[in-house]
Amino acid sequence: MHDTDRAATGTAPPQDAPGGATDFLDGNALAGVLAELFAVDVTTATSRCAHCGSSGHLAALRVYGRAPGLVARCPHCSEVVLRLVRTPQDMWLDMRGCTALAVPMAPA
Amino acid sequence: MAVISRGFHGRRPEPGRTLPPGQYETRDFPVLSAGPTPRVDRDRWQFTITTETGARHAWSWPDLMALPSESPTVDLHCVTKWSKFGTTWGGVSLDTLLADVETEAGYALVDSYGGYTTNLPLADLRGGRAWIAHTYDGADLAPEHGGPARLLVPHLYLWKSAKWVRGIRLLTRDEPGFWESAGYHSYGDPWREQRYQGD
Ligand SMILES: [Zn+2]
Repeated sequence: MHDTDRAATGTAPPQDAPGGATDFLDGNALAGVLAELFAVDVTTATSRCAHCGSSGHLAALRVYGRAPGLVARCPHCSEVVLRLVRTPQDMWLDMRGCTALAVPMAPA
Repeated sequence: MAVISRGFHGRRPEPGRTLPPGQYETRDFPVLSAGPTPRVDRDRWQFTITTETGARHAWSWPDLMALPSESPTVDLHCVTKWSKFGTTWGGVSLDTLLADVETEAGYALVDSYGGYTTNLPLADLRGGRAWIAHTYDGADLAPEHGGPARLLVPHLYLWKSAKWVRGIRLLTRDEPGFWESAGYHSYGDPWREQRYQGD
């Protein structure tokens, strides 16, 4: 909805330039909190971005953690791929920005 | 003079120096961000209010500057538990911006340059409790704090005060925003410690 609107109005702001001041961490910053949730290390899993379709390891995502949760963004289009919020009772994992997650497994 | 919203009377005998439950005071101004800082030129900046019928009200930067400006001094309460007392802002009241907007909507979904969204009842944008802020501490609002302009709605947790505000959509049904759809409280009253869904 916002993308459509943005395209229509042409007001997409320039983003921080790659290689500029880094206010994000790499996707390995997801490892600890995802280890609470998954039985396998999913930072080596491959995710596909729902916004631009590019695939890559979760470890390659850009994680913004100075926020009320962890926000993992696509390194190609900077849109949100994953959001993680740890409340006292629950772990919220919002994956609407991720169309597929391929997790390496031991041979079945 | 401190701007104190009505709901605080009786709960804050010493305005500006009482912490909501679970908060601690900080003297600096932490920068929280869920993504890259958008850089929005004022000559391309626009703020819109879109009603439930699709009627669109738009203000350019000069339009905003031409409106009466207020200077609220308010306390900020971030859901990550810091609070900052006595911050001084300059901005245009939402009462001014909503004055000519005809709507039956009960809810607002605020959206920002960069894609952030947050929801709140429309009533919380009225009554001298919300501003489109363009200055902080007497200077232009810096990009890391939401400049050129941000929503300031200090009676709710600070995630509701959307940085880099671009528009407000008025809705007949509540629609959760960026954090509200990922476990955070739909309303976010710091005095009732409404941090997460179910609080
Ligand atoms: Zn992408």
